[in-house]
Amino acid sequence: MQDGGINCLISRSISRLTPLVFQRLVPLLSAVLGVDKRIMLQAVALSCRRGERRLFSDLNVQVERGKLLAVVGENGSGKTSLLRIFSSLLPPEDGSVRWEGEDIHQLKELYSGQLMYLGHLNGIKDDLTAVENLLSSMALAGEPCSESGAKEALEAIGLKRVVHRLPSKVLSQGQKRRVALARLWLSTRPLWLLDEPFTSLDTASTAVVTQRLHAHLQREGLVVVVTHQEIALPAERLQRLRLAG
Amino acid sequence: MSHSSMWDSISGIIRRDLLLAMRRWSDAAMSVFFLVIVVSLFPLGVGPEPAVLRTIAPGVLWVAALLTCLLSLSRVFTPDYLDGVLEQMVLVPQPLSLLVLGKVLAHWMISGLPVVLLSPLLGLQFGLEGEALGVLVLSLLLGTPTLSMIGAIGAALVLGVRGSGLLVALLVLPLYVPVLIFGAGAVTSSMAGIGGEANLSLLGACLVLSLFLAPWATAAALRIALE
Amino acid sequence: MIWSKYSAPQAFYPLAGRLIPWFAAVAVLLMVVGLYMGFFVAPTDFQQGESYRIIFVHVPAAWMSMFLYVVMAIWAGVGMGLNARLSFMMAQAIAPTGAMFTFLALLTGAMWGKPTWGAWWVWDARLTSELILLFQYAGVMLLRTSIDDLRRADRSSAVFALVGVVNVPIIYYSVQWWNTLHQGASVSMATGSKMAATMLMAMLIMTIAFWMYSIAVILARVRCVIVERESLPAWDEKPAVIHEAVEAR
Repeated sequence: MQDGGINCLISRSISRLTPLVFQRLVPLLSAVLGVDKRIMLQAVALSCRRGERRLFSDLNVQVERGKLLAVVGENGSGKTSLLRIFSSLLPPEDGSVRWEGEDIHQLKELYSGQLMYLGHLNGIKDDLTAVENLLSSMALAGEPCSESGAKEALEAIGLKRVVHRLPSKVLSQGQKRRVALARLWLSTRPLWLLDEPFTSLDTASTAVVTQRLHAHLQREGLVVVVTHQEIALPAERLQRLRLAG
Repeated sequence: MSHSSMWDSISGIIRRDLLLAMRRWSDAAMSVFFLVIVVSLFPLGVGPEPAVLRTIAPGVLWVAALLTCLLSLSRVFTPDYLDGVLEQMVLVPQPLSLLVLGKVLAHWMISGLPVVLLSPLLGLQFGLEGEALGVLVLSLLLGTPTLSMIGAIGAALVLGVRGSGLLVALLVLPLYVPVLIFGAGAVTSSMAGIGGEANLSLLGACLVLSLFLAPWATAAALRIALE
Repeated sequence: MIWSKYSAPQAFYPLAGRLIPWFAAVAVLLMVVGLYMGFFVAPTDFQQGESYRIIFVHVPAAWMSMFLYVVMAIWAGVGMGLNARLSFMMAQAIAPTGAMFTFLALLTGAMWGKPTWGAWWVWDARLTSELILLFQYAGVMLLRTSIDDLRRADRSSAVFALVGVVNVPIIYYSVQWWNTLHQGASVSMATGSKMAATMLMAMLIMTIAFWMYSIAVILARVRCVIVERESLPAWDEKPAVIHEAVEAR
């Protein structure tokens, strides 16, 4: 009688614990230990405040290898701030960003070595030519490239050789953006963070950049894009995050 | 992070900044002209008495060098801040303080080194000669990098702040006091025949201290400015 | 335990309110005693006559000005290290009081200098470093007010305060060095003449009085800062505290 009672107790508690274990503990453990290697970038309970305004709070999102996260939302909803938090430029008010399960503020320079960030500023110098700009920004990022490599990248994004030798101040907005985006053809970093990459690009260049993103995803890369536009990628590659203002 | 790639990043930054300065050579030329004009104003204000000029020479030359450095501070980080290069710099897998060191060295080569090279000429205008002239050059050689180092902290703190030009002067000038005292003191004491060694070694100590602390503080200020 | 409880601005606000009257009362009491002792009880100095008595204000003010700068830098450092809002608020509240004591030290120094040296301003090593300290206080405060974003204002002025604290001793010694080089004033303040026990006592009492005054004023100012900051619309999650703060005012 007593044995039966104990057995009953054990089996009942197991049946109660099982869902708990599977629903809560397993994802938690795998996230903490990094068991699920597909999840590379993870935002945990992020909240962000700029000045007097709270932009978002308790935001959770995961990006897997080979996936693109498109962050959409109205102006001022905190899209750019989220991207800056992902890049570690902006510390979140609360919560953390994890790369392979580790807090990026602990990883510091190790994390910087994993990402390529392109903000809404192009990061190019008006007094330098397109080639010089590309060479110096790649050298700065610690991924030096050759001059011929830089020229190939510029041609891949549709900037003709005539343009390569001009100082960037005479280029149009779209051309400057493309000089900045040419880094996508040279970077070997797994994580790309792009803020409105398609602004002032024509349709042809948008298609070229989208192709490049696709190729990066096919090589198990990750992309986080802040954008207003639809991205022409297969649905299984796309993941969408809408920030409510 | 290997040794060589660290050096690559620093030298890359220095090379890029020197290239940019060459493309915009008028900026550097302006600060040199400023120095010459400021120094030339003093005889006009004080009078051409050679004995008076010789006594005020160390102070005048040093204050002028200090103001020249101050005026060029807005060029250290502001252009990079405005066009987004600074964001890229912060996200580089090298320690930011090392990159800051590169930027400051480039700034010194552009705005400090011309002052050092021009100083014997200006010293002659004020009747300095012989050993005092040598000590003047040496003191500026040791002191101007310190001015650039300390100035970079101020420049980083006021990035994108309204009224930053005046504010940076208010922040940085009190911090320049020791360098001014030791620098001008070296020349004065060598003129008095005491020899400037003590002051020069104190200047050297200031340089070493600022080399260790300033890039670190500047990096912290840059991160804060970019948040 | 208690400290962690009161490290939140909302909890600190009422505590500060309760403490202020006590510190203020002690400050007034000690100031009256100290000034009486300094101006009436302490013996006349055989070299400088009655004019020396200003040192009972001057020396404690000069001590406080330097001490408060260090305290401000410590709070700034704690704020940077622990990302604690209250620490930054403390640093913000200390700066004006520190600047006030610096100014007071300069003013009383000038008042002492006129009869002693025959000039309102002499480039004495101590006075000069006080002047530069005043500039540094001004820098900390102006940097803060020029930056609109509170978080950046806090952290930027903290960095500057910390840089300044490294610089203060260097300035002090460099100015002394400069002064000996230029053969400045030979009579220096608060040294030389042997101090009578009552003089020392009066000076100590004045110092403690200034301490108490600083604590009271700084706490009052921190309360203002808390009200100013925490009633911002972003703090909608804890409205109860704001009501309490407004009532307490």
